Amino acid sequence: MKNFICKFYLTIIMIFLYAPILVLVVLSFNSSKSRVVWGGFTLDWYHDIFRTSVVSSALQNTIVLALGSAFVATIIALLACIGIDAMRRREYAVVMAVTNIPMLNADIVTGIAMMLLLIRFMPLGFSSIMLAHITFNIPYVILSILPRFNQLDVSIYEAARDLGAGPVYSFFKVVLPELTPGIISGFFMAVTMSMDDFVITYFTKGPGVNTLSTMIYSQIRKGIQPTMYALSTIIFLITVLVLIVANILSAPPKKHGIRNTPVNHI
Amino acid sequence: MKRKYIAAPYIIWMSAFIVLPLLFVAYYAFTDKAGGFTLENITAILDSLHIKATLLSLELSLACTALCLLVSFPLALVLRRLNMNNKGIIILIMVLPMWMNSILRILALQMILSKNGILNMILSWFGIAPLSIINTPGAIVFGMVYDFLPYMILPIYNAVMDIDDDLIDAAKDLGASYPSVVWHVILPLSKPGIISGITMVFIPCLTSFVIPDILGGGKIQLLGNVIEQEFITSMNWHLGSGLSFALMIFVVIGLAFSQKQEKKDRESLVW
Repeated sequence: MKNFICKFYLTIIMIFLYAPILVLVVLSFNSSKSRVVWGGFTLDWYHDIFRTSVVSSALQNTIVLALGSAFVATIIALLACIGIDAMRRREYAVVMAVTNIPMLNADIVTGIAMMLLLIRFMPLGFSSIMLAHITFNIPYVILSILPRFNQLDVSIYEAARDLGAGPVYSFFKVVLPELTPGIISGFFMAVTMSMDDFVITYFTKGPGVNTLSTMIYSQIRKGIQPTMYALSTIIFLITVLVLIVANILSAPPKKHGIRNTPVNHI
Repeated sequence: MKRKYIAAPYIIWMSAFIVLPLLFVAYYAFTDKAGGFTLENITAILDSLHIKATLLSLELSLACTALCLLVSFPLALVLRRLNMNNKGIIILIMVLPMWMNSILRILALQMILSKNGILNMILSWFGIAPLSIINTPGAIVFGMVYDFLPYMILPIYNAVMDIDDDLIDAAKDLGASYPSVVWHVILPLSKPGIISGITMVFIPCLTSFVIPDILGGGKIQLLGNVIEQEFITSMNWHLGSGLSFALMIFVVIGLAFSQKQEKKDRESLVW
């Protein structure tokens, strides 16, 4: 009985989280443009994705921003973690406080602040969005990699050095493999944050440049193009597939307890 | 070469793109259009015009944070009880919805909650009178809970799952009932997770402007809407910056909390 109540509660939460997504998937097959009327099944909106150049340019911007900003953020964050790990208490506290700012600060303030700075030095456009996305992604990657440093066994690195490996060689051969799960999950987190962002992009973008989010926002008043539902459904399904496969591949052996399961896997 | 200097690119980056932009906000906040010093932009948050939005924002954010907590803590207990200890899968389930565009998801909520929407259709099957939630503060809170729930669930789930079974068994051996175990053992031990959950939910709630825009029918103004309009419509950057600056008081409080937490445990991780 108790287990039943537990499962019931879990189911309710799942419905709550996934019902809107289901609605959007259904709408992507609705031949009526209206959001309330079911006009029959169609795949037209999926064909449309590749026909409209406005959509494909927004899609391209979104993907390039997500992958590009996640890539740059991961490199900067990895270097940052190597350095931060060697810092003394006080420096560590200062750097981590600043790192926490973009995560805790309101998106709207981060967006406005970036805009006020960038508009002085460059025309707002694609590159200003890219700079903003890299900036808000770095803390997520740092918080994903840094705990791995605390779990590192220093003696393995020291053993490598004792056996004659140089510091750089030992890092790549011994330390980096230990960090990889944190790096991968940080990268994915960054891609997710960048894809999902609207507010910061909205304030740092220039006229004529759109990501999927800002494009959808601009369509709210005149009505959302059903193509958007189709496109979002495709992106969602691809992600589900990729993440499920990644999770199966990286699933830990059964004998490990809770403590040994990788916390950071997405 | 000292190892800490490898962090140099990041130090430069964060000085240029985290610290410097905030100084820009401060500069605009404390000056007027002529460039003279003024406090008016900050105190504007207390104007009769803005105080209503500020108070309503605080009220709705508190409601949303409390609801998220009320939903998440039992959920973490449930997940522990059902022995769902594959953290990867649970995190996956919570993060996945973010891959559906957030504005579209809020629009979908609007369709669910609207007068002729899906919720009322289902209610009518059971003979329950239709609810008119849409375009009310209640709808906004509902949308915020929907959007920010994962940020509360994940840290609390992490904290609850990390509690050692032995501690709970010991409490039970000593005669504690399950509610008393939850209250005296699990709750205190998951405090770090609860605190980071609260900071991760409260501030986004306080400043969101898309959710009130869509679910409030454009009639309910929250702090985020006021700031957005100052920047986009009125083009009054000084006032907008002043209001943002006032907002950062809450961010500083959150920062102080998480710093305290970090001191306690250098390994603490939000996600």
